Amino acid sequence: MKYTVDENGFYGNFGGAYIPEMLYPNIEQLRNTYLSIITSESFLSEWHQLLRDYVGRPTPLYYAKRLSELYGASIYLKREDLCHTGAHKVNNTTGQILLAKKLGKKRIIAETGAGQHGVATATVCALMGMQCVVYMGEIDIERQKPNVERMKMLGAEVRPATSGSRTLKDATNEAIRDWITNPVDTHYIIGSVVGPHPYPDMVARFQSVISEEIRMQLAEKTGRDTPDYVIACVGGGSNAAGAFYHFLDDKSVKLIAAEAGGKGVHSGYSAATTVLGKTGIIHGSKTLLMQTEDGQIIEPHSISAGLDYPGIGPLHAHLFESKRATFYAITDAEAFKAAMQLAKLEGIIPALESAHAFATLPYLNLKKSDVVVINLSGRGDKDMLTYINRKHEFSD
Amino acid sequence: MIHTTIENRLVRLFKEKKQNILNIYFTAGFPELDDTIRILKALEKSGADMVEIGMPFSDPLADGPTIQASSMKALKNGMSLKVLFNQLRHVREQVTIPILLMGYLNPVMQYGMEEFCKNAHACGVDGVILPDLPLNEYKEKYQTLFHQYHLSNVFLVTPQTSPERLKLIDELTEGFIYIVSTDSTTGGNKNIQSAEEYLHRIKNANLRNPTLVGFNIKDKSSYDFACRYANGAIIGTAFINMLSNSTDLEKDIECFIRSIRG
Ligand SMILES: Cc1ncc(COP(=O)(O)O)c(C=O)c1O
Repeated sequence: MKYTVDENGFYGNFGGAYIPEMLYPNIEQLRNTYLSIITSESFLSEWHQLLRDYVGRPTPLYYAKRLSELYGASIYLKREDLCHTGAHKVNNTTGQILLAKKLGKKRIIAETGAGQHGVATATVCALMGMQCVVYMGEIDIERQKPNVERMKMLGAEVRPATSGSRTLKDATNEAIRDWITNPVDTHYIIGSVVGPHPYPDMVARFQSVISEEIRMQLAEKTGRDTPDYVIACVGGGSNAAGAFYHFLDDKSVKLIAAEAGGKGVHSGYSAATTVLGKTGIIHGSKTLLMQTEDGQIIEPHSISAGLDYPGIGPLHAHLFESKRATFYAITDAEAFKAAMQLAKLEGIIPALESAHAFATLPYLNLKKSDVVVINLSGRGDKDMLTYINRKHEFSD
Repeated sequence: MIHTTIENRLVRLFKEKKQNILNIYFTAGFPELDDTIRILKALEKSGADMVEIGMPFSDPLADGPTIQASSMKALKNGMSLKVLFNQLRHVREQVTIPILLMGYLNPVMQYGMEEFCKNAHACGVDGVILPDLPLNEYKEKYQTLFHQYHLSNVFLVTPQTSPERLKLIDELTEGFIYIVSTDSTTGGNKNIQSAEEYLHRIKNANLRNPTLVGFNIKDKSSYDFACRYANGAIIGTAFINMLSNSTDLEKDIECFIRSIRG
């Protein structure tokens, strides 16, 4: 089984570029140039320097002693929460901004759910002196206020998406409409492994620095460079793609993906795409998609804005279909409790998205000898309002 | 390359009429679920040459706020492909102008492409526009099917479309080529006069297919301007806006078409 993208932009049955003609020239330009640009020596040296000096890479691989004792296994946390701006998203935006410069683009647009990708985009735009417009659902603007203020302080314009569910899906629609209207001077920095080919592959490559580091750090710490488990949450799936990337062909490594079960998978308020979705097209990609029988996209629900998306990246649809990865739907309550637990046990407040990954631990039947790596995709500062306001709802 | 073998009202219209073809877009199920046939009849009576019926989709990427809103309302009203085909079952007893279906790929995919083509043909539909259907996928998977059911497949070109790709699109199109007037979603407010150089280039590109200009055509002056460079023009958003405010569909549609034709 092959897990990398094929020459037509597909992962097995998923992927491709289902886009209106208005987007074709930009997507075609990216398709023709992305590999040669992002693998060139000059690009890599500039990007790696940014990752080291600006983002703060490599991020630590931390042995979580008390969490390990609780679950009876050796649990390591990949500390993407310690990246500049507080999440893994900046690995991708640093790469894409350099690419945009090479393509001669003057203006950057992005969508954001939790606001982490928006902040990471606004940050690199400030760094490079580029104009930046971030689309964000009205609901998310409300629940991720601190990040909205951060983007503004960084000089970005935040435009509310007021259609549909007013969350990540709709912000992405608006960003795509902006790109249709401004195709020449603008580059669209997509924040996850979603969208038309070559975005899923490009973003996965930028995020693959996560598993590249995990392999080396794990070897240093344990003498073995592959763990028994790698666990990550999946919204679109970029942090998971990055954490899985260099383990995809190591069959001994179990890949665990946590998606948002919302109020319960069958409650009508969920974003558990692999359970509820069937093959369809969203944002230019053929993938698993939550939709009605008539092919209308269903509005998802999750307590975490970053997982509140009715699809998943085509790589993940392929990993699910081929059974290479195992998916767990984690409810809002389970994620919330996992966050509280991590805070108390390890002194780390995770992003609500990342908390979903931790909430899979009780399901895994871990053995004493198991080595587990959890990708801690982001920190919880942005979620403090939710943690404060909804504490009573979720405490037993 | 096998060229067009298909026979339908659309192909005939373009054989007979070379200028000032007026194509009106409206969303199926808007303003009310059962307005589809009423609007079609009123359009034919008022002198529209052909129509595009929009198949509403929850996430219409290439559409501006007006068509987004009409799509949401139509879905709320209960519109779906099943309902639409039901409404169109006897349309050919009442309406003779060419009818195209326009929409996004996902609902059609869920319905099943073969079933879709079969039912479209059975209802007397003449062509289909699916802007997010990739060219090569059409060619490899669906072209034979479209031929079998005598459906014209219409592709879009934009100001950014390269000459090579324009040629490829011309090869694969049967019916007309949809010239998107400016870089915008539907209902944009870019000035169509700014597209003069591009429209000129398309006019002189020696295309085998006829052309219609769409997007940003909203009144007599933009329609007349577009018709100088193509066989006609397409009006969508302005028509939907009129429908939104209409208290008497038949009268207002007639009035609208008259205002364009002058
Ligand atoms: C901290 C964090 N983790 C995960 C995600 C989900 O995105 P992805 O699945 O692409 O990693 C987000 C998105 O906003 C995020 O902020």
